[in-house]
Amino acid sequence: MSANKKTIIVFSGDLDKAMASFIIANGAAAMGNEVSMFFTFWGLNILKKPESIKLKKSFLETLFGWIMPRGAEKLGLSKMNFGGMGAFMMKTIMRKKNVSTLNELIATAREMGVKMIACTMAMDVMGIKEEELIDGLEYGGVISYLGEADEANVNLFI
Amino acid sequence: MAEIKINARGLQCPGPIVQLFKEAKTCACGDILCIEVTDHGFKKDIASWCKKTNNILLSLDEENGVVKARIKKA
Repeated sequence: MSANKKTIIVFSGDLDKAMASFIIANGAAAMGNEVSMFFTFWGLNILKKPESIKLKKSFLETLFGWIMPRGAEKLGLSKMNFGGMGAFMMKTIMRKKNVSTLNELIATAREMGVKMIACTMAMDVMGIKEEELIDGLEYGGVISYLGEADEANVNLFI
Repeated sequence: MAEIKINARGLQCPGPIVQLFKEAKTCACGDILCIEVTDHGFKKDIASWCKKTNNILLSLDEENGVVKARIKKA
């Protein structure tokens, strides 16, 4: 076990929870920790590229793609979202208070060498293809996460 | 021994610590890092950061809502 390693499972695709995940990850990296973030289920939506990418998909996969938010800019709040109004208000307040946006937090995480792993099983289930996700990710399954978690002294599920 | 000034005013958590970490990575042992921050959590955070990263917190003051810390890179 290394006291200098932290892992976070990002299961949620809510804006507030995604921000919390990246703030913790960036803070840990700034304390000299090796950080791995494992994105699964709704959390994968955070990593989507904002643009629409034409790919061959089944009917259900296409449907899923329509329903789910495409990228960090499109996420809603876990509470009081009110069809996006809540998220808009939150982003406005955060900008006023000079809190980094989710995209800025993601950029900092990459700059700090935070490892981001996308769960391939969840991608398969939800019909998300590698081409739709931002660059610089690693792809793996639960064993990749457990392998990392075994060496870490903090493991979070968000 | 160099003295490096960091202006992290206006940055929210963990922005100031991230800035500090980046600067600390590039400077030499014994260098002094002087950081100015407006995020109040920083006052507590900086002590933990110094402890974890084995750097030395020389001083911590607050003036008109600005927290000033001097850290020696170990």
